Amino acid sequence: MESFLLTDSENIMQFKTNKLSSVIEWGSLLLSTAIVCFFIAVIIWEIFSKGFSVLSWEFTTMVPKEGMTSGGILTPIIGTVLLTLITSAFAVPFGICCAIYLNEYAENTWVTRTIRAAIRNLSGVPSIIYGLFGLALFVQALNFGTSLVAAGLTLGLLSLPYIITTTEEALKRIPNSTREAALAVGATKFETIKDVVIPSAMSGILTGVVLTLSRAAGETAPILFTGAAFYINGSSGYVNQEFMALPYHLYMLSTQHQSIDQVKPIAYGTALVLVIVVFLLNLTAFYIRYKYRKDEN
Amino acid sequence: MNYKSRITLDIVFKVVFKATGYLVLALLGGIFAMLIYNSISFFLDVKPWDFFTGMEWAPTAKSPKYGMLPLIVSTTLVTFGAMLIAIPLGVGTASYIAIYAKPRVKNILKPTIEMLAAIPSVVIGFLGIVFLSPGIADLADLPNGLNALNGAILLAIMALPTIITVAEDAIHAVPNAYKEASYGVGANRWQTLRKVIIPAAAPGVITAIMLGVGRAIGETMTVLMVTGNAALMPTGMFDSVKTMTATIAIEMGEVPYETTHYYALYAIATVLFFMTLFANIVGEFFINRFRKYHAV
Amino acid sequence: MKTKLSAQNLNISFGTKQVLKNVNVSFNENEITALIGPSGCGKSTLLRSFNRMHDLSPDANINGTIMLDDLNIYSKNIPVTEIRKRIGMVFQKANPFPKSIQENITYGLKINNLPHGKDVIEKALQEAYLWDEVKNDLKMPATRLSGGQQQRLCIARAVALRPEVILMDEPCSALDPVSTLKIEELIKHLKKKYTIAIVTHNMQQAQRVADKTIFMYLGEVMEEGPTDQIFNNPKNEITTNYINGYFG
Repeated sequence: MESFLLTDSENIMQFKTNKLSSVIEWGSLLLSTAIVCFFIAVIIWEIFSKGFSVLSWEFTTMVPKEGMTSGGILTPIIGTVLLTLITSAFAVPFGICCAIYLNEYAENTWVTRTIRAAIRNLSGVPSIIYGLFGLALFVQALNFGTSLVAAGLTLGLLSLPYIITTTEEALKRIPNSTREAALAVGATKFETIKDVVIPSAMSGILTGVVLTLSRAAGETAPILFTGAAFYINGSSGYVNQEFMALPYHLYMLSTQHQSIDQVKPIAYGTALVLVIVVFLLNLTAFYIRYKYRKDEN
Repeated sequence: MNYKSRITLDIVFKVVFKATGYLVLALLGGIFAMLIYNSISFFLDVKPWDFFTGMEWAPTAKSPKYGMLPLIVSTTLVTFGAMLIAIPLGVGTASYIAIYAKPRVKNILKPTIEMLAAIPSVVIGFLGIVFLSPGIADLADLPNGLNALNGAILLAIMALPTIITVAEDAIHAVPNAYKEASYGVGANRWQTLRKVIIPAAAPGVITAIMLGVGRAIGETMTVLMVTGNAALMPTGMFDSVKTMTATIAIEMGEVPYETTHYYALYAIATVLFFMTLFANIVGEFFINRFRKYHAV
Repeated sequence: MKTKLSAQNLNISFGTKQVLKNVNVSFNENEITALIGPSGCGKSTLLRSFNRMHDLSPDANINGTIMLDDLNIYSKNIPVTEIRKRIGMVFQKANPFPKSIQENITYGLKINNLPHGKDVIEKALQEAYLWDEVKNDLKMPATRLSGGQQQRLCIARAVALRPEVILMDEPCSALDPVSTLKIEELIKHLKKKYTIAIVTHNMQQAQRVADKTIFMYLGEVMEEGPTDQIFNNPKNEITTNYINGYFG
């Protein structure tokens, strides 16, 4: 090339191609966003439109009847609630204590780094492997049998890494000056953590806990072999027995039931209830976060 | 409370906190030990070579066959298909949110995508059966739409929130100075995105993709429900496939404890464990690189 | 004048970095002593060593003695919480607990098993010139107070424990001029009851409030003496340069 300067016509050409490529770019990005939104809209619409007609007071307060072809889903609702309670009773204190150790006590040694690496890896372990571990540890080794408590603890293990990570993030946001304030009036380290650090980080911790539980409530794979049952007569709720759960109920109705077309409405209703439960928990988390931000300002 | 009991409490809780930290380590160790122990039990009965290269998975046949190659290929096929859909959509959406979307649009899009992440996998699988499957069957003229394609589409949808969120963070984190420098030499937005932002954000985007891959490989319920579960070597996206996770989920419920078949399922789980571990380690490697080069 | 608090041959290092070198200082009872010096000279490190705040940093290495009256505060059989009760601290940035105003005052009293009734709360708030502003909202979250009010609440929290010494680490650096003057007035009023050590960047502030001034430079005490003398007739050349604003 003799000159770096472009002629007028070349300039206009380049401007036009730039303009065209800009439009294509913008269009393609917008299109991909639109497709993603379309997926979400279809999912929500499909579940709400077909599930809504099934939803009624009776549906949520009656036990399944006539081989689950009629009646409600009270038994799986109770099962999911109890399951989530056991999960949180185990994972919340355990996870918070571990996060406190990592953020407030642990020095940067190789042991600490190993623990952190372990937590990152645990959060990537597929849920079905947690199911196998729960089967080996709780059902067989500890002899709990396939039961509510075995499944709840399995889900607890699955939830641990998330609770630890979110709690630690919440603790990290608390400035050191807050800790010093308590120490300076003569508090011990434990008192500082209990009375000042945890209350300050409470909203962050709660948000993480609620989000984790919403996830646990919808999990199916870890409870497949640890206690979820196809059908339980009546609304039983003993921790040492098998149980029905909403996600497992939906799985059963849509794949294992002998008259699948007949139970389809119930399946839609179950899916809707499950989605509503999960969304409500997520909304709670959003609300906690929002309220916290407002209080902070 | 007197001073002595306050100090005692202080020490007791220090020990309790520390113990929970070590228990987490024990948890990963426990999972690992369980997988290895049962895998070894399996390999005492079946040669590793036969397991990894066997073309037939028929553990309940008269002369049982434990070849897991069809399962690995199934998992790979479905994951690959899912990524083919999810990567362009995810990175495109992430770029749109990070670069073009106005704050108001962003504030709607981000919670909407988080909402998608919250939907339980069993619900997605259910829709795969009742909604997507008939659609695929009609379009491709098949008796039913329970096949690899169905699984790939659903896995793509499930991996999207992870990919979008992580990639958006990465693109968003590209220092403004880079963009300004690019605009400064006369580049337009498209050129800036392609030549400056995406390359700078690339390690973060790769992390996003690897996390999506990890999620897709390990996902159980959706593939279990929609891929048809025929343990044959798949030849295309319209074939019914049986992934590793689905194999464990289906067969663990029926197999007697401590038989070769039972141990075989743990051996599959071990392979699965290492596959997801690999995806996560690769992801972590790239996010560390990203942080190193673009530290604010 | 009686010496209340003193450091002898104090050396502090973090890892391999020595921050204080052979420091010898004393603080007189019922006086305000200002610690001045450029950033990084070790004045905050020195102040924090007086109520053992460095106990939390695992790599801190402290040598030398710090005496509160006849008590070596680093001796093994003295509980650190007892030291912190007797030597209170007010920090650079107001750091009220995320609790109500009232609980901010009572927290330290409760854990130390001290009476924490209405009268104690009122007295502490009055001493910190805050009572009239908050007496009707004692249950209000402390975080809703203004910056200056929050800092006075932190002072009230410290005096509620009836400490002997109050350490202040640049207590006005985050405040506007009006709040700063109010706190300075408060500090002068508090010296009747307490011994006060204050770290400050602001040389006018040191001149306004301090009876005695200690000038530190690169981890060493360069000069100490009555405030008038340090500012009007410094003996050390580095001190002269610093107070004349040649560096800092």
